[in-house]
Amino acid sequence: MLDAGRSSLGSVSARSVLGWVYRFILFPIGQMLVFIVGAALVLTLLSYLLALLFPEPRPNISLMTQVNRQLPGMIVSGITIGFVYAMIALGYTLVYGVLKFINFAHSEIFMFGSVVGFEVMQRLAEGGNLPGWSPVLLVAFVVLAAMLASGLLAVLIERVAYRPLRGAPRLVPLISAIGVSFFMIDVVRAFQAITRNDFNLTYPLNNLEWIRNPVKLAIGEATVNIRPTQFIVVLGAVVTLIALNYFVNGTKLGRGIRAVSQDMATAGLMGINVNRMISLTFFVGGAFGGAAGALFGMNVGTVTPFVGFIPGIKAFTAAVLGGIGNITGALLGGLTLGLIESFLNGLLVYFPVLGQRYTDVFAFSVLILILIFRPSGLLGERVDEKV
Amino acid sequence: MPPLLELQNVHTFYGHIHALKGVNIYVEEGEIVTLVGSNGAGKSTSLRSISGMVRSKQGSIRLDGQDITSMKPHEITALGVGHVPEGRRIFPLLTVQENLEIGAWNVTSRAEINRRMEEMFQLFPRLRERFQQKGGTLSGGEQQMLAIARALMAEPRILLLDEPSMGLAPVLVEGIFEIVKRINAQGTTILLVEQNALMALEVARRGYVLQSGSLVLQDTSANLMNNEMVKRVYLGEN
Ligand SMILES: Nc1ncnc2c1ncn2[C@@H]1O[C@H](COP(=O)(O)OP(=O)(O)OP(=O)(O)O)[C@@H](O)[C@H]1O
Ligand SMILES: [Mg+2]
Repeated sequence: MLDAGRSSLGSVSARSVLGWVYRFILFPIGQMLVFIVGAALVLTLLSYLLALLFPEPRPNISLMTQVNRQLPGMIVSGITIGFVYAMIALGYTLVYGVLKFINFAHSEIFMFGSVVGFEVMQRLAEGGNLPGWSPVLLVAFVVLAAMLASGLLAVLIERVAYRPLRGAPRLVPLISAIGVSFFMIDVVRAFQAITRNDFNLTYPLNNLEWIRNPVKLAIGEATVNIRPTQFIVVLGAVVTLIALNYFVNGTKLGRGIRAVSQDMATAGLMGINVNRMISLTFFVGGAFGGAAGALFGMNVGTVTPFVGFIPGIKAFTAAVLGGIGNITGALLGGLTLGLIESFLNGLLVYFPVLGQRYTDVFAFSVLILILIFRPSGLLGERVDEKV
Repeated sequence: MPPLLELQNVHTFYGHIHALKGVNIYVEEGEIVTLVGSNGAGKSTSLRSISGMVRSKQGSIRLDGQDITSMKPHEITALGVGHVPEGRRIFPLLTVQENLEIGAWNVTSRAEINRRMEEMFQLFPRLRERFQQKGGTLSGGEQQMLAIARALMAEPRILLLDEPSMGLAPVLVEGIFEIVKRINAQGTTILLVEQNALMALEVARRGYVLQSGSLVLQDTSANLMNNEMVKRVYLGEN
């Protein structure tokens, strides 16, 4: 019962329960830890290398001191944004896995999640009962609402804008996706302009005591302020990522999705309703985009209908970095990119001419370098590899 | 009573290529029927038309009297048609176990799936040894066994076999044909496509000969084996 995959030979014993816990809980957590520690370690070493090469990038500023002071903060915020990228990247990767198509409207599915998250919270706040909610319940409720809304939106987009184009040349659905993207931005903008007369949507976090007070952490000469929302993002991401791993590798539907991604025609021959599996894939990918949107919204505080573009394209970079079509790759790519970005953000200010505004230039250079030197990404393309 | 499977005047196209030009085939319950023909004759296309992988433009395909011509592959599978496609088409990144489970997609009872899997291991003991191995890492012969077992997991009423002997060593070919006979003896009707016409005619009761999309001959296997044209073209005798 616990593990549909393993129980066919022999009964469900204590050993197979342990196996299940290992496969679906310990292993994914371990993997995330390895990725985080690995990426953080590499970047830390690079930072110190930089500090040795440029001890005083500007007069009277010791880079070494700055690195020491900022390191923990950069790691914390890198992990936070990295998980957001990873969750969005999953949407690109899942859809690519089954359809071999980049869903460029995914950034707007993310945006939609952040807007729905805002709407839910705002309505609770307007009703005056926001402070009455327990933090965990509130976050779970907002995130789940965003997941549901974004998941359904993704299913609808596939049905209307992509399915009729299946079998068309590869460029055609891509163009359709870009059209959907613009359409979504304008629909949300029009809706907010009409109902709220403003499309800068500020999450009502002010009357929540628990979300405003950061936790101070002192490590040596460095102090880090960890905002509760950062905890929420990381925790929410870890929980949903574990759930996704179980869904894909431990359930019958997940097995069906994998079969469709490996050989769509043959999957149909096995009795699998291929269109239903594709809808399901869009739902799951969309739900992750929505969760990321709501968590992102709670973390940054203000969202707009245009908020999807930059995180969307960065998550796409993350997906390519890890190996598009590969679920583990999306996680690795997201965390790596998040940490790279946060280190750049922290250290670029100390260099003359350069500054934080060049962070994105470097982030996208990563995309270009990957596309040139290792188009299959860090982990290669595993979901659809043919033997 | 209508035959289990009946194709009437079936025309199938790939774009502008007219691959089947009015094919009439029937298969009675319990039979082994074979479809022989040279490369590009339309053998695989016939099977693909039956299982819905390609949709025929004209004509009708009936299963037990029910029109399945314009149904989707998964609906046709659910009605009891199993298809072992050309080139095996194992899911390369799923394990042997997962491949078999996918074969039993419409079976909800875990116990029933396990029972069928056990049956498959009786039929193909090799698969038991390879249970947790990825499909893509199996040898060609093992993949062929897995492809057949995967289709049988659905307990189809009729099994469409597309060149099960392709690429196998002669010893294994014998083995595969033995298996085909056994499956049939256990009650599964079989429509067999083969390059190896001699072997196919030996196990089949009746056969059809396809030439560039049209049937040119149909008869009992015994008669086909004695037909001069069949001997010359397909059995390689002079
Ligand atoms: N996907 C396709 N697109 C276009 N033409 C196709 C396609 N598949 C098959 N054909 C054409 O349809 C005709 C019949 O092909 P089919 O695969 O049915 O032959 P076959 O009898 O199975 O041959 P073989 O013994 O080589 O497998 C051939 O002329 C082939 O070129
Ligand atoms: Mg063929």
